[in-house]
Amino acid sequence: MSAHTQPSGTGSGLVKWIDSRLPVFTYLQKEYGEFPAPRNFNYWWNFGAILSFMLVLMIFTGIFLAMQYTPHVDFAFDSVERIMRDVNYGWLLRYMHANGASFFFIAVYIHIFRGLYYGSYKNPRELLWIFGVVILVLMMATAFMGYVLPWGQLSLWGATVITSLFSAIPLVGDSIVTWLWGGFAVDNSTLNRFFSLHFLLPFVIVGVVALHVIALHVTGSNNPLGIDPKGPQDTIPFHPYYTAKDSFGLAIWITLFAAVVFFAPNFFGEPENYVRANPLVTPAEIVPEWYFLPFFAILRAVNFDVLFIDAKLGGVIAMFGSILVLFVVPWLDRSKVRSARFRPVYKWFFWILVLDCLLLGFVGGHPPDEKVFEGIEGLKFINLGHLGTAWYFFHFLVLLPLLGMFEKTRPLPTSIAEPVLGGGQSAAGAAAKPMEKA
Amino acid sequence: MDIGKKLSHVVAIAAVAGLTLVAGTGSVIASGEAKHPEAQDWSFAGPFGKFDVASIQRGLQNYIENCSACHSMNQLAYRNLSSLGFNEDEVKEIASQYEVTDGPDDNGDMFDRPARPSDKFVLPFPNEQAARASNNGAFPPDLSLLAKANPGGPDYIFALLTGFVEEPPEDVELAEGMNYNPFFGGGQIAMAPPLFEDGIEYSDGTPATIEQQARDVANFLQWAAEPEMEDRKRIGWKVVLFLLVLSALLYAAKRQTWARLH
Repeated sequence: MSAHTQPSGTGSGLVKWIDSRLPVFTYLQKEYGEFPAPRNFNYWWNFGAILSFMLVLMIFTGIFLAMQYTPHVDFAFDSVERIMRDVNYGWLLRYMHANGASFFFIAVYIHIFRGLYYGSYKNPRELLWIFGVVILVLMMATAFMGYVLPWGQLSLWGATVITSLFSAIPLVGDSIVTWLWGGFAVDNSTLNRFFSLHFLLPFVIVGVVALHVIALHVTGSNNPLGIDPKGPQDTIPFHPYYTAKDSFGLAIWITLFAAVVFFAPNFFGEPENYVRANPLVTPAEIVPEWYFLPFFAILRAVNFDVLFIDAKLGGVIAMFGSILVLFVVPWLDRSKVRSARFRPVYKWFFWILVLDCLLLGFVGGHPPDEKVFEGIEGLKFINLGHLGTAWYFFHFLVLLPLLGMFEKTRPLPTSIAEPVLGGGQSAAGAAAKPMEKA
Repeated sequence: MDIGKKLSHVVAIAAVAGLTLVAGTGSVIASGEAKHPEAQDWSFAGPFGKFDVASIQRGLQNYIENCSACHSMNQLAYRNLSSLGFNEDEVKEIASQYEVTDGPDDNGDMFDRPARPSDKFVLPFPNEQAARASNNGAFPPDLSLLAKANPGGPDYIFALLTGFVEEPPEDVELAEGMNYNPFFGGGQIAMAPPLFEDGIEYSDGTPATIEQQARDVANFLQWAAEPEMEDRKRIGWKVVLFLLVLSALLYAAKRQTWARLH
């Protein structure tokens, strides 16, 4: 029996019995108890825990909603209203699920920008980052299909617009669209398969999240200084320090979430989707949910032909390209320094990129031909769309590689513990201060 | 300890979330031609908002006597009226004014019977074609969700009902059978002005001005769209206050834990 690993904590006989056969307790203790984490995380590092919570919340509310929902074009809209009116606390389930999607995306966008700011994608964390981008893509597919299920006007017409994008593919485009729809229009078979896939994909996300977390626990976490821990003085056990910090951040997050769910549950939604889907009436304007607006703006920004690529295909390539480019960020960014704290030029361009994405989101919510300001004739939303899209790709494809070559970075502190515990002289001293007695 | 720094972090997080929200609300549908409805004071507005039940009851009376000739409310059942303060007998009484087709009976025949509280509001027309045939080709929309199915919400309903103009501006050419209302997209609406000064005798004696009636109908439709609103806000306060206390406790626990590090 000596070959069995002993659980490191004290446990009851049952815990020991299980652990010597299936070392789950040893695993938890190792990966979430003693797991050495850099001692200088700031609150931007809370979003991993927040996202885990959101994923579980979405799966639980979704499972209970599915018990009452009917995926049929004749009954879907009414079954959702039945959940809102007749199912006990059905309104709470549905509002948590609908607003949960919005909060999930807010959190994931913050998490991604955190990674971009602190260079969390760099060697040795490239695969960790790639799994993260895969999760983003899966989330977008899941959210898109989920929005179709209530079968309101924007469900139907949003699904029609987005699936029709695939018709831009030369030769086989139209066949692909028919295949996606399971017919010749977005109809009952489309709704059925979207429901099925909307139920399936979250569990695929759980799988990729597991890979994301495993990869994280191999390389260890990045930190605001972007330098590797040099020894035990640079790390603290995950529990109780970061379990305590994550719990506090999560509680604040859930408070904000609850405020929206209970007091402004339709804040993020489009009113038009409370109108039953009608294939004979096209809405005045078809807009996706807010979290897709930047990508929608990029799609519509390409309104010109490039060589043999027509505008429609060009827009689709740009839209998918804007997500795919994230996969290669670890190789586009040539800088050896991870954290933007020590990259004085990159820091500025990072914030410009954030503003650019917000601008694209703003543009995506307006018709391309609408004037940006009353009275200024020349400036339409499409012009802003061109600008925002061009900058987005310029940032990743040109700026990131060039900055790596030409930027003069600040000197890095010799260790994480140095600025935290002693050397006030270091450049990072002030920045790391929140950790002192946090 | 540096609360300022920490606060600035929280503020930064809130700011990012806030900006994201602003980007999100940029997507309000631009309805260039329709006049923007003016914001009204509603009793249900805000986190402490409550329904004005007397007004909703008058709105119901108005719906039954005026609107229901053309407009369905297919998400409502007569039993839902009990939450407006009607007792079981009163709900039965209201329901029994309507006939529904039921069956088949033991002989396999369909039969008509008075509606029961468990029945949905009886539709004015059996199908869309019948509704169009009776309304000069127009289809009167279902009103169950109207209050949250347009960007103006109840303000829009109030503005539309009080906004009819008898003589359209000179540059507007009204189509046959249409009426001018600047709050409706395109300015032309098939519905004739539905409310008249003293056009209804309210059972609670409230003077039935057009404004009063419009307000009552808007209140009624807001209730119909979100009947759970009062429950939602009441529970919401308990949940949010609980979470704030929990957050404070967790913050204290976190500080105590981290104090051990030095």
